Formats: sequence, structure tokens, C-alpha cells
Amino acid sequence: MRVMAQLAMVMNLDKCIGCHTCSVTCKQAWTNRGGVEYAWFNNVETRPGQGYPRQYQDQEKWKGGWALTKRGKLTLRSGSRLRRLLNIFANPDLPAVADYYEPWTYDYQNLLSAPPSDTTPTAKPKSSITGEDTKVTWGANWDDDLGGGPEQIGKDPLLGKLSEQVKLEFEQTFMFYLPRICEHCLNPSCAASCPSGAIYKRAEDGIVLVDQDKCRGWRQCVTGCPYKKIYFNHKTGKAEKCTFCYPRVEVGIPTVCSETCVGRLRYIGVLLYDADKVGEAASVRDEKDLYPAQLGVFLNPHDPRVVAEAERAGISGEWIEAAQNSPVYRLIVDYQLALPLHPEYRTMPMVWYVPPLSPVVDVLSQTGHDGEAVGNLFGAIDALRIPVEYLAELFTAGDVGPVRASLQRLAAMRAHMRKVNLGEDVDDSIAASVRLAPGEIESMYRLLAIAKYEDRYVIPGGATSDAHRLEAIATGCSLDGDGGPGMTAFDVMAEKFQLVDTNGAAPADKSRRINLLDWDGVSTEGMFPTDGNGAAVKGAAVKGAAHEPEAIG
Amino acid sequence: MSTLLWLALPYIALTSFLVGHVWRYRHDQFGWTTRSSQMHESRLLRLGSPLFHFGLLAVIGGHVLGLMVPKSWTEFFGITEGMYHFVSVSAGTLAGTATVAGLAILLYRRFTVPAVRKATTRGDKVMYALLGAAIVTGMVNTVGENLIGGGYDYRSTVSEWFRGLFLFSARPELMADVPLSFQVHNVVVLVLLGIWPYTRLVHVFSAPVGYFVRPYVVYRSRDPQRPDANRYARAWGDQHE
Ligand code: HEM
Ligand code: SF4
Ligand code: SF4
Repeated sequence: MRVMAQLAMVMNLDKCIGCHTCSVTCKQAWTNRGGVEYAWFNNVETRPGQGYPRQYQDQEKWKGGWALTKRGKLTLRSGSRLRRLLNIFANPDLPAVADYYEPWTYDYQNLLSAPPSDTTPTAKPKSSITGEDTKVTWGANWDDDLGGGPEQIGKDPLLGKLSEQVKLEFEQTFMFYLPRICEHCLNPSCAASCPSGAIYKRAEDGIVLVDQDKCRGWRQCVTGCPYKKIYFNHKTGKAEKCTFCYPRVEVGIPTVCSETCVGRLRYIGVLLYDADKVGEAASVRDEKDLYPAQLGVFLNPHDPRVVAEAERAGISGEWIEAAQNSPVYRLIVDYQLALPLHPEYRTMPMVWYVPPLSPVVDVLSQTGHDGEAVGNLFGAIDALRIPVEYLAELFTAGDVGPVRASLQRLAAMRAHMRKVNLGEDVDDSIAASVRLAPGEIESMYRLLAIAKYEDRYVIPGGATSDAHRLEAIATGCSLDGDGGPGMTAFDVMAEKFQLVDTNGAAPADKSRRINLLDWDGVSTEGMFPTDGNGAAVKGAAVKGAAHEPEAIG
Repeated sequence: MSTLLWLALPYIALTSFLVGHVWRYRHDQFGWTTRSSQMHESRLLRLGSPLFHFGLLAVIGGHVLGLMVPKSWTEFFGITEGMYHFVSVSAGTLAGTATVAGLAILLYRRFTVPAVRKATTRGDKVMYALLGAAIVTGMVNTVGENLIGGGYDYRSTVSEWFRGLFLFSARPELMADVPLSFQVHNVVVLVLLGIWPYTRLVHVFSAPVGYFVRPYVVYRSRDPQRPDANRYARAWGDQHE
């Protein structure tokens, strides 16, 4: 047993209202720069729908993720190492900007500078890439809320996998939202396809990152990731991806998308897993076994043997405790409500989803039934094949069993809690019908419905004891000395939280840098470089070391 | 003049090439990239880029053979001048044609596809001009002098001179009577080598051969001082092929 720790996320899809706040705040924090105009580390797509980039789930076309060889070994779907290096001069499976969408802005200047005329001046759309006039024909959310109708929605690659009869029932439209970030996979095919070895998984928390200094722009990882969550910055020529907001989670606060989620549906916590079992689990023959196989990789943090092994592996007490209190562990393992997204890609994704019951409830209510009666709900889950089969294509490689079980638990929770809330006699058989005790259903309800901030996010502090000191070493950037040709907004962002001098973590040679990104618009605290920062670094983790604002010459 | 072109220029260019690469590697890792433009345009690139690169790699291989392997060595193995000439001219013409065709497609693409044109820097343009000139004059030498003209035995002049540079016993006078097209080619290539490290061409020296031997999934510790944090720490039993 080799215990490793992973920061994982669960999203409760029932609560997503499709407001895109997560996408917008993520973009503001990470990708509002040239070269990644088209990139949304967090995007929210309407299902059924084509997704972003268009039809990314069609792996026959895009060749993302892993496949099994005849001998049962894992190999990248895009080909062997040799084959992929032979294709390096032009990648045959690379999506173009147009597959995401051509980013655009508007010529607002014209509104101000147009001469007086009879008609209102217009702001024409301009391509953010060429600066030329453009016609807006697609966007990151073109088919939001089923926009575009059957003509667009019909191109959803998952619908093609459903049986004919189920597709015919399509008129009984159902829909839900699927917010997506990088899965921070246990078996990341993006990292595996990087010829330079620039993409790595952090040993302490499992966050998958691109080393911007090591990336050489071979753009193989874009193909490698089946979720298309690696974005090529066409200005810097480097790959970029969701960072799980590592500067935030390192200090124990949730990612920006989670923090700002209007539906409060995201959960972040630690999972312990057995690193020795990952390869085996990712290479089981039958795709439908991938979900249970991945469950088998996770370790029970309450088991004393696991705790002992974790300690032996150097995992701190704080992290083990976080694993024991992990909301993610409860949703994935204890209640088995949350399911992985596309386990058939064999990357062992680590952002899981509680499937939405609401499409089922909606249909019941629309047809004049009681959408909270357990009998009706159970019947409907079985009768309404579209939602269940479609969800199974998303979450369990087509196996409807686990989806049905999860939905039934959600249905039982609804029915049980209605009785509790109305003060009626609680019917214990409801809980029993989904193999839970009434107490368990109620604590499940507290986690899912009340969803207090401190229950949703159980994030331990930095994985190393004197994280600040090491942080300062780790970011000693070779570009500083020469006025930093590589100094981009990305680097500045990386410093935004704990790497700036305000918390005494920046190395002495960095303390003379102005930091506007941190500015809250009010105080000048942290905006200007300070002296004596080097001393603060030596003096262990000093918070709020003296920093007198200083005029810049 | 001869000293300037055939003694000073090569040393300046080669020094710039070497020192430039070291300097850039140490100070501009972030700028070290192919700056791929395939996100903007794929169809032409998929035609032009492999033609150009495979052609050029063969051309470079040919140069190494022609410039660095002394005539006496090939003769030792019983390879006559005639045989050598035949192979070098035919393979060179083939590789050169692929390179030129590929470069033509790449250049056409670069200047006609709006998004790609927009992504072209000044440095790119200088680099393309020199690279284009180097390839065209090289083709003139191979096809013009050697195939159509009677053939020129550059191995007893140009190659000797070139190797002399590395042995610090340079003999610039060897280059004095070399045909003009060879002289121009050499000057252009030297200037190209001189600016090489400051252009996107640095990507050549990061060709990812290590990919064949490293484990698929790379782990790295946040803590750079952790003892087991070697570059490609293997985290789990490898089921990968
Ligand atoms: C040895 C291995 C080499 C590899 C793996 C390699 C790889 C690449 C890659 C991936 C691109 C980006 C293509 C794109 O997506 O836009 C590229 C572009 C380019 N490479 Fe190479 N290259 C190699 C050698 C060379 C050499 C020897 C030269 C020339 C001296 C060269 C000159 C160029 C040029 C000029 C471009 C820009 C093409 C364009 O977009 O117009 N490469 N190379
Ligand atoms: S989802 Fe994230 S970790 Fe997984 S393959 Fe894609 S980019 Fe890599
Ligand atoms: S912020 Fe929350 S509710 Fe809004 S779209 Fe994102 S995940 Fe859904």
C-alpha cells in the first residue's frame, strides 16, 4: 500500500442553476489575458448539448484519454510514444480555436467617436485574434439552455450512444447543467502525452500543473486530455490549465469557482488513495467496471492501518484528519451518491458529480404527479429512461445501475425529509429501501441541502510544515534578473496569494516588484514593494511583517 | 575581407550560437517554445510542416556527413568520390525539394492566413528571410553546381575550412576561390546561426527525446528538498505500455 493524498471536488448537479458565475470569476482570476481569450478553465455546459469545445466527448475524433492494447496495457488513444513524436510537426488531432469559438470583442470606441447621424452608432464585433471584423457564429455557450434547438442539440455525441427508442422520447425534453473544470486525474493522460515532461502531478495534493518554464509548446497535451481541459496559449506558445487555485487551497481556502458558486453546490476535501492500485484499476477490461475499480483505489481514512501507512508516507496529521472529515469521501464512498465523469476515458478523474434528480421531478410535476412521493419517484426513475440512460453515458460508461441507485437515494432523501419537515410520522421503510438508516439520510441531507460552508470545504493547510519558506525557494524565478522576459500576468497571478511579499513569503530579490493584481481598490497595502522582506523570510512564517508603503522612482 | 568573412564572422556567429543558447536557456525558459500556430490553422500546416521538418532533418544529416567527415575516412571505406557525389546529390536533391516545398507552404500560410500573419513577430520575419535564403542558396549549390554544372568538390575546400575552425587552425584562404553561390550560402548560414538562439529556432534544441525513457506520469513534490523528489519520481506500479 502506498498512500497518497488528493484534493478532490464533488458537484451536486441538482443545485446548479446555470448562472455561469463560476466560469466568470475563474476567468477573471486566471484567463483574462491575451492568448487565452478563448479559454475557460471552468465552463458550464447544458446537457444534452455539444459541450465546449464542440463535441469534445467524441474520442473517435479527438483521440483523448487512454485505450487498452490487445495485451491489456494502457496506451494513449492518440498513439504510442513513437507515433506521437512522428506526428509532432503537425498534430493530426488538435482542435482549432474555432472548435472552442473565435473570441471576439466589440468596437466600443465607435459608440463614442461616431459623427452625428440619423442612426444610432453600433459597436461592431471584432475578432480578438486578428482584430478584424468578424461574424459571431459560435460561443462557449452557444447551445446554453438548449439554444439552437434539436438541430444543435442533436449533435451531442452522447445522444448517438442512446438506443433509438430512447432518442425518440427526446421530445420530453429534459436538461441540466454540467459545470466542468480539470479533473486532476489520478492517471492524467495530459501529463502522459507531454513530450517534455512539463505536466506533473503534485505528490502532496494531486493537483496537476503545467510547468510554464519546461513546456516547449509541442501541444500534445491538448489532444491527450479527453476532457479538453488543457488550453494552448497562442501568444506565449505554452499550455495552460486549471490550477485548482493552488495558491488558495494551499492556505486552506476553496477555489474561486467553489467560493463564488451561487448554488453552493461544490465540495472540496481530501481523499486518500492507494497509489499502487491506480494502474491496475485504470486498466480493467470492461469499461463498466471502471467506476467500481476507482472506488476500490480510495482508502478508508478511519482504518487504523491506513492511518499508519499514511503517516509512514509522510502525510501530516492535519491532512489525515481532513481526510477523515472529508465531505468528498462521504459523498463518493459513504453514500455513493457522487459518480465520476466519463470513467471510460481511464484517466481516473477526481471531480465527481451527484447526478441531478430534478429532470425526473420536473417531469412528474408537469404531468400532475406528486414529485416528492417516494413511490412516484422510484417509478419515474425507472420509467423515464432518457435521463437515466443519458446520465449513465456521462458517469458510468453506460451502466445504469449506479445512476439509478444514486437517484433513488436522492429520491428517498426528498420523501423522508418531507415527512420530517411536515411533522408527519417518519416512515423508516423509505430509508431502508435505499439501504440507509434514517440518521444517515438526515446527515446526508445536512451535507447536501443545508450545505454549510465549513461542511462543504475541508481543506488542510499547506502540505509541508514550513510551507512559506519552501514556497519562497520553489518560486525563485530565473527570469527576474534580466527584467523578466517571461514575466507575465500568469506569474503575477501565481504570486497573488501567498507568494507576494505582503505575507513575507517572497524571496528577497522579488520584494521590489509592484503588485497591482492584489489591489482591492481601497488600501495600498500590498501594492508596493517593501524592504526587509528577506529578513521576514528567514524569520519563519511571519504574517504581516512590517511593510511601509514606499514611493517608486 | 577574406579574413573578415571566413575567420571573424564564423567565430562571432558560432560564439553567439553557443553563448546565446546557454544564456537563453538560463534566463528565458519561459520563452523557449515552438510557438505553435496550429490552433489557428491546421490544414496547410499538416501538409507543410512535416515536409519541411523531415526534409530539413535529412538535409542537416547530410551536412554533418559532408562537412564533418573527412574525405580520407570515406575513402578508407572504399567509397569513391563518384559514389559519394551520386548519393549526396540525389539524396540532397530529394531532401532539399521536400524542404523547399514545405517551406513554401509554410510561408504561404504564414502570410495569407490572417491569424497566423498576426502571430508573426519581427524576429520571425528576419529568421524566415535568412532561413529561406539559406535553403534556396543551398539548393542552388546542390542542383545548380553539382547536378547541372560539372560538380564541385566542396569537401576539399569548404569542409576543410569548416573543420579547421573547430581545430583552431582556420585557413580562410581555402574559401577564396570557392564558387560564389557556396560563399553566399556559407555567409547566410553563419548569420542564421548567429541569430538562432534569439529566435523560435531554439525549439530545435529541446527536441523531446527523453520522452521515450521517462514514465508516463510525472510526479513532483511541492517541496523541492524532499529527498525522493527526483525529476521523474515514479508514483505507482506502471501498467502503461
Ligand atoms: C529536431 C526536431 C524538431 C522538432 C521536434 C520540431 C518541432 C516543431 C514544431 C512542433 C513546430 C510548431 C509547428 C506548429 O504547430 O505551428 C515547429 C515549427 C517550426 N520549426 Fe521545427 N522542429 C524541429 C527542428 C527544426 C529545425 C532543424 C528547423 C530549422 C532550422 C525548424 C524550423 C521550424 C520553423 C521555421 C517553424 C515554424 C513553422 C511555421 O509555423 O511557419 N525546426 N517545429
Ligand atoms: S482532466 Fe485535467 S488532469 Fe485529467 S487529463 Fe485533462 S487536464 Fe489532465
Ligand atoms: S456558480 Fe454554481 S450554480 Fe452557478 S453555474 Fe457555476 S456551478 Fe452552477
